[in-house]
Amino acid sequence: MIGHALPEFILALGILAMLLLGALGGEKRAWLVTELAIGVLGLALVACLFQPSGATVLFNGLLVDDAFGRFMKALSLVGSIATLLMAMAWFRRRGLDQYEFPVLVCLATLGMMILISADNLMALYLGLELMSLALYVIAAYARADARASEAGLKYFVLGALSSGLLLYGASLIYGFAGTLGFAGIAAELQGPASLGIIFGLTFLMAGLAFKMSVVPFHMWTPDVYEGAPTPVTAFFASAPKIAAIAITLRLVSVAFPGISGEWRQIIIFMSVASMALGAFGAIGQTNIKRLMAYSSIGHMGFALVGLAAGTAQGVEGVMLYMTIYLVMTLGTFAAIIAMEIKGQAVENIADLAGLSSTNFPMAFFLAMMMFSLAGIPPLAGFFAKWYVFVAAIHAGLYVMAVLGVLASAVAAFYYLRIVKVMFFDAAGASFDRASLTLRSLLAGAGVLVMVFWVWPGPVVAVTHHAARALMQGQKP
Amino acid sequence: MIDAIVFLPLLGALVAGLSGSSLSARNAEVLTTGLLMLAALLSWVAFFQYGLGGAPLDVHVIANWMTAGKLSVDWALRVDTMTVVMLVVVTTVSSLVHLYSIGYMADDPSRPRFFAYLSLFTFAMLMLVTADNLVQLFFGWEGVGLASYLLIGFWYEKPSANAAAIKAFVVNRVGDFGFALGIFLVFALTGSVSFDTIFAAAPGLAHKTIHVFGLDANAMTVACLLLFMGAMGKSAQFLLHTWLPDAMEGPTPVSALIHAATMVTAGVFMVARLSPLFEFSPVALSVVTIVGGMTAFFAATVGLVQNDIKRVIAYSTCSQLGYMFVAMGVGGYSLGMFHLFTHAFFKALLFLGAGSVIHAMHHEQDMRNMGGLRKDIPFTFWMMTIGTLALTGFPFTAGYYSKDAIIEAAYASHRFGAVFAWAMVVIAAGLTSFYSWRLVFMTFFGTRGALAVAGHHDDHAHDDRAHDDHGHGDHGHVPHESPLTMLVPLAVLALGALFAGLLFRNSFIGEGFAGFWKHALFLAPGNHLLHNMEEVPTYISLLPTLMMVVGFVVAWLMYIRWPGSAARLAGANPLLYKFLLNKWYFDELYDFLFVRPAFWIGRLFWKGGDGAVIDGLGPDGIASRTLDVTAQVVRLQSGYVYHYAFAMMLGVAAFISWYLAGGVH
Amino acid sequence: MTPAVVFFYIFASVLCLAAFMVITARNPVHSVMFLILAFVASSGLFLLIGAEFLAMLLVVVYVGAVAVLFLFVVMMLDVDFAELKQGFLQYLPIGALIGGLVVIELVLVVGGFIATPSGGGHVQTPTPAAASNVMALGEVLYTRYFYLFQAAGFVLLTAMVGAIVLTLHHKPGVKRQNIAAQNARTRAGAIDIVKVPSGRGLEAAE
Repeated sequence: MIGHALPEFILALGILAMLLLGALGGEKRAWLVTELAIGVLGLALVACLFQPSGATVLFNGLLVDDAFGRFMKALSLVGSIATLLMAMAWFRRRGLDQYEFPVLVCLATLGMMILISADNLMALYLGLELMSLALYVIAAYARADARASEAGLKYFVLGALSSGLLLYGASLIYGFAGTLGFAGIAAELQGPASLGIIFGLTFLMAGLAFKMSVVPFHMWTPDVYEGAPTPVTAFFASAPKIAAIAITLRLVSVAFPGISGEWRQIIIFMSVASMALGAFGAIGQTNIKRLMAYSSIGHMGFALVGLAAGTAQGVEGVMLYMTIYLVMTLGTFAAIIAMEIKGQAVENIADLAGLSSTNFPMAFFLAMMMFSLAGIPPLAGFFAKWYVFVAAIHAGLYVMAVLGVLASAVAAFYYLRIVKVMFFDAAGASFDRASLTLRSLLAGAGVLVMVFWVWPGPVVAVTHHAARALMQGQKP
Repeated sequence: MIDAIVFLPLLGALVAGLSGSSLSARNAEVLTTGLLMLAALLSWVAFFQYGLGGAPLDVHVIANWMTAGKLSVDWALRVDTMTVVMLVVVTTVSSLVHLYSIGYMADDPSRPRFFAYLSLFTFAMLMLVTADNLVQLFFGWEGVGLASYLLIGFWYEKPSANAAAIKAFVVNRVGDFGFALGIFLVFALTGSVSFDTIFAAAPGLAHKTIHVFGLDANAMTVACLLLFMGAMGKSAQFLLHTWLPDAMEGPTPVSALIHAATMVTAGVFMVARLSPLFEFSPVALSVVTIVGGMTAFFAATVGLVQNDIKRVIAYSTCSQLGYMFVAMGVGGYSLGMFHLFTHAFFKALLFLGAGSVIHAMHHEQDMRNMGGLRKDIPFTFWMMTIGTLALTGFPFTAGYYSKDAIIEAAYASHRFGAVFAWAMVVIAAGLTSFYSWRLVFMTFFGTRGALAVAGHHDDHAHDDRAHDDHGHGDHGHVPHESPLTMLVPLAVLALGALFAGLLFRNSFIGEGFAGFWKHALFLAPGNHLLHNMEEVPTYISLLPTLMMVVGFVVAWLMYIRWPGSAARLAGANPLLYKFLLNKWYFDELYDFLFVRPAFWIGRLFWKGGDGAVIDGLGPDGIASRTLDVTAQVVRLQSGYVYHYAFAMMLGVAAFISWYLAGGVH
Repeated sequence: MTPAVVFFYIFASVLCLAAFMVITARNPVHSVMFLILAFVASSGLFLLIGAEFLAMLLVVVYVGAVAVLFLFVVMMLDVDFAELKQGFLQYLPIGALIGGLVVIELVLVVGGFIATPSGGGHVQTPTPAAASNVMALGEVLYTRYFYLFQAAGFVLLTAMVGAIVLTLHHKPGVKRQNIAAQNARTRAGAIDIVKVPSGRGLEAAE
């Protein structure tokens, strides 16, 4: 039985070990703790990948281990590992290499694990809080930096509000359904849905939407992305997003399939609004981190297109979307973290001017990332959009698909503008030589994005299977 | 052999044009000229073989060009009498012009380019005359148009040359539009573009009708008129003639080659080549006759008062092309071809002679600044005189046989419009004589014009470039005879102008007619024109000669006997003089009717349609609206936490209100 | 009307009033005081439904610890509440509009719940009949909800780590008392005896 919760256990024990090691060894151990954290996360990833197949419910229906969860957990773990890899040297150069950072990242990851596997509203809330609390702290991690403190505080205040909304929704649902388990709620929803349940779900969705940063719960994103240290921003943009999307998928498909007509309305609105806002908002940005914030809002909108379809095909599309989004985001942030001139981090798009002449490989791979984010075939980003739009069209959401394509056309503008700046503007000061880790992360992501179309089979097969498994609870 | 004739010029053009500076100008000249002369030699061999000899029609297929559905087009060279006549004309004149250009263009820095263009033109012209189908004919047609454009605008620093090149190109587009439509129609009617197939199908189509603009029209007539429209553009016939005088902006050898001897006769050639079609459409032939007569007269009248030596000859060319079309229209294809043949010699001679005069006068073209050149450049003078004699139809010169035959044919024909055409060409014959002698008298006799001293510098400051080195040296403004490379072609052409008529009359239009043309020309069963010409009264036959004499005498009186009377005459009839000087106001009319409305429409669509509507509502509009939206979105991002929190609450409130109101089910 | 009902209304109205005063009071100290009152009132409500352990917990933890901590912070920090509330009036109308809308809607929904208690009656974990509150809680907390209990532990751990990370400053150059080092000092390591030549001052000695 423990085997089904092995990744969580590994992570939990690992965190305790890291804390002990750090507390006893002091600041000198920061590097060692970081490496240990990467090892623990890697071990959890291995455990996650090699868990027995099939779905198992554990701890009296609080946790479920299924193919969907395993896939999303693996993605989150990859995001966390990549974050730590990117962050190590960056923080060390700024004298911020405390051992607490990897511990907090692992705690947040543990929260994500609990969240993704949650089969009960209480588990959902605890996972979410564990994740969020750690994220609030690392947002303000560079406490000497006023912007980082501001970002952390904003994130915390608004996050508390969203948690309040979520709790309110959960209590409404408990009041009307009489149970907190997802399966139990689904069983209660056989007849016509009561308004109380719908209201509860709305509040619940508001809380989750905050974590996914979709409109209108996105407002924190640009400020926090800009203010937080860049590796932290990379983390925010990758792993927590996956966890939030995953639990949203699980919640609505397992607990609320009976009222899919209702929740799809919210999803459609949030999706379209996010796509539009992500596309328009980013155009006016000069700071690349802020731009990536809008970009991530837009991408969450695109991912939700698949969920709006409300079908297994849609869920599969979302899973694929998040997989490709993770790769693109990590690659892009590897490049952003590598933007340093004489040891000083620079964040403006203008600083990329003429990169192709000073550092062609970086410019090339970053351009590939931008093309992929814009969804230009045959790069992976195109297929990500393709899968969700096909699902939406099969579900009859033609207007939405058209709006999505229009939004991606607008969004292409700012991605291509970065490419233009890199390749056609006069070169400025050249960047410092990036570490091997960053370079290989960027190149690896670039290669993955470029060759995805050659051999998408394995990923598609896994997501196909996992999406069908998740939707099994739904009546045929 | 035919391959060599056609492709040797192309080879020369490619080598001279593409080798850049690796080939010296001298080598480029020698190479292209040598290849052309070789081609000319081979052409004469072919002429004797296919024309005077008995070799039958030969179609040499090189390759398939395109096949799409029923449409199948080959690259093929068709060799018959018609072809070899044109081959001889084109290659001979072209090789002489090449040779001449070596001297004429000696100071130009872009000589390789010039010779490449010349050879390219020759190649395109040869493709045109050897075409075995309408599409290849069109290929050559457009090829010569392109080369003509390039050569007119050869001195591209001159705005007037550029404008003239564009004008030539655009006016030709009008004709080519009709030509292309004609080809489409022929293909639609016969299902083929190959000459043999079309000609075989033509008799069956004589009475077929098609529905055009709500009328049932004779299909053959419509097709022939459309094709003739192409011929009108290329051969500068009335209404589409405006580009030819302006084309004189090009170097003079170009005028001689393209705008006198070869390209402008392509329309005549095309009508003759398609005689199996035209013969079945009396209406179209009447149109050809009337347009030809009108052109002959109109151009001759304008030629009376022009002062630019090249423009006079240009209008003369225009007029002579009218003669050829009259011949075509009345069914005398062989007459037209004969005139084409002889005209090529004497008109090229006149142009090259004029070039020699211009060369001698340091690129002065205004005849009012000339005079008395007889003594300075006697050789050129005699050559020009020979050309003039041939043009005006002095007995036993080339023009005497070909031009007078056309006038007789117009009289003998019973076609509708033939009488009009006859009247026109008879008057034009007199006018031709007048303006030709006027040219000779103004240039070679009398005294140097007053303008020559005062206005010399200003007048031709814009004319030219790169002549300072020899123009304003120590030998000042004394006209000098041209180099040998320029004089030899004159002599050769003079021989042609003198004897081409005498030698080939019998074959082209006399008893040797059938044996010479064989099946290259088609005459409908009712066409007895050559026979009817035999019965023309003697006084009619003498009329052209009489007109020639009258023209000569009037010119002599006005420019030699009483110099200054011309100016007085012009002063006495200002309206008529202005009317003629301004070429019947055709340029102004077209400017008002077509150019300005076209510019207006263009501006409307550009500024209004594209700029305001498409750009405004399209790319620019969307882009700026996008930026507006962006500005709004960014403004939302105030940075205040309570704004953010409020947005969240607003979202939740909106969602639950939505559900409470019923949502969408 | 049973005493329980009477007390319910008393506690409930006090709770609402106190909560309202928390956000409207001018003096932040008063706000915290009203907060404590609200906590007490809600613990009374817990008592009424038989959840005496939760009631005590609320008083001990929230009133005894959290609220008092708040009070300290509010008193220590010189927060200018007047400035914070500056936008209050400006946003009051729209805020009241939205708030009122949400309240009305929720009342409608909850009213529907009372009229048709379709989902009512289920309780996630019913209280065993013959067991005290604490015992019942303990039984489920360490068995059925063991997983959540551990997760909650990690949440608290995170809070702790976070608080340390954000507040603990290891400034270099700060002098701290090190008792062991103080005790370990000897005369030799602590003082130096210098003979100062007369009339030359200290400079000569060094």
